[in-house]
Amino acid sequence: MSKTISLDGQTVAFAEGQTIMDAAMAAGIYIPHLCHNPEFRPHGSCKLCTVNVNGRNVASCTMPAAEGQQVLSDTEELNAERLALTQMLFVEGNHLCPACEKSGNCQLQAVAYYLGMMSPRFNHFYPQREVDASHPEVLLDRNRCIYCELCVRASREVDGKNVFGLSGRGIATTLVVNSTSGRLGDTAIAASDKAMQVCPTGALLVKRRGFVVPIGERIYDHRSIKEVQTGGGHE
Amino acid sequence: MEPCEFPDIERRLAPVLEKHGRDASGLLQILRDVQDLLHFIPPEAVTCIAGRLGIPRTSVEGVAGFYAFLSLEPVGEYRVLFSDNITDNMLGNRELMQYFCNKLWVEPGKVSEDNLVSVDTTSCTGMCDQGPAALVNGWPLTSLDHNRLDLIAELIRIRKPVAEWPPMLFEVADNVRRKDALLGEAFEPGSALRATLARGIRETLAEVDKANLRGRGGAGFKTASKWTFCHAAIAGEDGSALCDIGGSPVRFIVCNADEGEPGTFKDRVLLTRYADLVFEGMTIGARVVGASKGFLYLRGEYRYLLQPLEAVLQRRRDAGLLGDGILDQADFSFDIEIHLGAGAYICGEESALIESLEGRRGRPRNRPPFPVTHGYRGRPTVVDNVETFAAAANIGLHGGAWFAAQGTSQSTGTKLLSISGDVSRPGIYEYPFGVTVEQILRDCGGEDAHAVQVSGPSGTLVSWQEFGRRIAFEDLSTAGAFMVFHRQREMFAAAHNFTHFFAHESCGFCTPCRVGTQLQKKIMDKIAGGHGTASDLEELKNLGHVLKTMSHCGLGGSAANPVLDTLKKFPGTFERKLKALAFEPAFDLDGALETAREITGRDDEWAHL
Amino acid sequence: MSERKIRLATCSLAGCFGCHMSFLDIDERLFDLLERVEFDRTPLTDIKHCGPCDVGIVEGGVCNAENVHVLREFRNRCKVLVAIGACAINGGIPAMRNNIDLWECFQEVYQYEGGLEGGQVPNDPELPLPFDKVHPVYEVVKVDYFLPGCPPSADAIWKFLSDLLAGREPKLDYGMLHYD
Repeated sequence: MSKTISLDGQTVAFAEGQTIMDAAMAAGIYIPHLCHNPEFRPHGSCKLCTVNVNGRNVASCTMPAAEGQQVLSDTEELNAERLALTQMLFVEGNHLCPACEKSGNCQLQAVAYYLGMMSPRFNHFYPQREVDASHPEVLLDRNRCIYCELCVRASREVDGKNVFGLSGRGIATTLVVNSTSGRLGDTAIAASDKAMQVCPTGALLVKRRGFVVPIGERIYDHRSIKEVQTGGGHE
Repeated sequence: MEPCEFPDIERRLAPVLEKHGRDASGLLQILRDVQDLLHFIPPEAVTCIAGRLGIPRTSVEGVAGFYAFLSLEPVGEYRVLFSDNITDNMLGNRELMQYFCNKLWVEPGKVSEDNLVSVDTTSCTGMCDQGPAALVNGWPLTSLDHNRLDLIAELIRIRKPVAEWPPMLFEVADNVRRKDALLGEAFEPGSALRATLARGIRETLAEVDKANLRGRGGAGFKTASKWTFCHAAIAGEDGSALCDIGGSPVRFIVCNADEGEPGTFKDRVLLTRYADLVFEGMTIGARVVGASKGFLYLRGEYRYLLQPLEAVLQRRRDAGLLGDGILDQADFSFDIEIHLGAGAYICGEESALIESLEGRRGRPRNRPPFPVTHGYRGRPTVVDNVETFAAAANIGLHGGAWFAAQGTSQSTGTKLLSISGDVSRPGIYEYPFGVTVEQILRDCGGEDAHAVQVSGPSGTLVSWQEFGRRIAFEDLSTAGAFMVFHRQREMFAAAHNFTHFFAHESCGFCTPCRVGTQLQKKIMDKIAGGHGTASDLEELKNLGHVLKTMSHCGLGGSAANPVLDTLKKFPGTFERKLKALAFEPAFDLDGALETAREITGRDDEWAHL
Repeated sequence: MSERKIRLATCSLAGCFGCHMSFLDIDERLFDLLERVEFDRTPLTDIKHCGPCDVGIVEGGVCNAENVHVLREFRNRCKVLVAIGACAINGGIPAMRNNIDLWECFQEVYQYEGGLEGGQVPNDPELPLPFDKVHPVYEVVKVDYFLPGCPPSADAIWKFLSDLLAGREPKLDYGMLHYD
């Protein structure tokens, strides 16, 4: 007999070493998330995947599944909190969808659609953030960075290049790149790097590819992120 | 300002890099020294250090950008940081800082044109009993007033090295006002260790258990349990057994002296006057769990204690109380290394502290696993508060029954309180657990109090109606801060100050804390500016809920406490500041036209709102 | 007895009138709408100031002092205020200037390019004075409903209005909720 947890009343099997998120994904159950990507070790920073386990809130992407856990995820209260976190991400950066090449393929936007976000609710920070277009093939627009560190992880673990890292603290956290000049053009990044394929938003883009698929025909234009992710395959 | 160029960076950094070796865990210590040397950490230094340590440049820049005392942009040759706790505010630090800035022709937060001086605020420096306080190039200045600031401004103007300034400016008084079991007794170095060895290791752990010693950092976890778990932990991060050094498992003892909670300064005094007691407690802990290496993580604000503490460690080594073969026990080796922090409250959180010890950004880890099984370098690690180790030494000497005879059933022993604010005798007070707030206020001269912030911003605001409550884990659990506010104080100001504190100290890892503490701060600013409405109060409550339920660690989890407590216990202090209107714009409309008015030179009716 | 018609007003602040164009895209459904509503101030009428209304729909962000006057009038006269489109909701495309210092904007427009004022920044009181940054509508007045999109599709607008006029809480199907 395999071990199981209860997730929103449904019995879900898990293997030793799996997190609650792993178990949910394997069972085709969607828990909203942005910083998690099953190809990488869990990070736990966006907190969208927070679930309630036996009365306590934990990030499902980092919490090991354990026999007998009573997990609540798709509840009105948790979805309201997730919506608040998504709205926080929208106001802390400069997320101007109509001007973004990633629109329609953006997971931040897709999660906001899924959660029914009608407005960012909070007051905007409109921070001054830098755009780095110094590289001939790729673009870094920090206005859209949500600090999920997926590019950091991909560049370190898959590409072996350590192109990205976080510096600063708190709200002044910023994505930095591995060159004395501080410019992406002076790093070892390449358009074919894994780091270029994992950004959930439009912070990291390969140049001249933005409109190959027209607006209106993109991943989340007609299918929700829940359908896309539970229908197999992670963007 | 143009960034300087450093073609000779290798040569200039050579002595620093030589001193700290090639281990990446020394990164924070290296960066501290580079900051002292160059007054900032230029890109060339980042590249140089990364190459030397064999780590990515982004890791070095990541650490240099994280800690408040390090900077990637030039700061003044003299960097004066005014402690900005609410107790400093109450003593007039803001006015003093402006006075000081005016004298030196420098704007707060900026560097003077000649790069000579920069002035800014910093989180509580742990001198609340003798504020207003500041740091100059990391060295503490206390009891500031206009006269002292005149003198300091003059010393800076004539470019007198800080080391040559009059010692009177740097005097730190201990202000021990009430002694009990821990502070009251003269301690002979080695006596507790000898008693421990004579009694036996298991027996000593049993005494700590019997004493029911609980962590003094505020959380109150049972120390004997922590030590037992650590001792029992055998698996490394990859599941392997930890038998790589001399066949014995590698474990670590860490003393958390990152006393960053605003209003707390008891560890400062323990490390000043009772360092032997603390180190002896660590050594006993090491013997019990089987650790051979210990760290004292000393907050950057207490760097002035580094040399005296190093001297105590050396004396203990010379006396056979540290090092190989302690007290002639061939199988007992243990030594202690001191690591300095660099301005990051979050490093008081034990897993962030461990990250910092390893030379990284102070970011709390995902748990489980916990440090007792996967701590420093992934090895079993005990992290305990300074006062916990001091109490452990006392238990080693006198036994558990003696210790448990004091305090309450669930909170045995005594507690050190750091008392500041509106009292006539601020300082350190040691009480058996169970003492009432009322009793404490009588003793410290705080009879006019109408509120006390117990255990700092992350703790509990206690109103005058609750002064019968007791200091104990079962009632008011505390890390030691006890900030007193008299009747005339506007409690809104304290909550406002604390929201700024949390926003400044959030590590930025998780969304709710990174953004939520900022939103909370901005709403409090809006209310302070006279533009708050009832809907802003509702938003504060909503934010408080998100912070409490969704945050990664205790910082975010407690960041809303001051606002929520004050709203509940002193609602009038908010309501008096609210506008009657149901809605007020998020920003100052007329102020947002000021730039355009300046550019166009307009001042007509349509140029205002 | 016919019900009193719902009185509706619309305006555009710092926007492109794209939301209004999309509104017109409801095509023949406009006739259905006219059965239910009468227009007050809109670009379709020639009414300069908004009278008492049931619903006000505001397109565009708030980028200058004049926007605030118009917006306040809408808020005061309209029982229900709807912010429509990306600009009204988060500043949208006009907010892309928020990263640029206002003085640099002025220099670029009036000085480097040698505009109509002959290298001078104009100071005519008739010209609306710009804010440091462009803000969404809800940061200046209380907003009751939001209808995102750049622009929201005609179907989304129709669904939204149908719900609102029927006294239902407006709700968009997945495909109608867009920020682009």
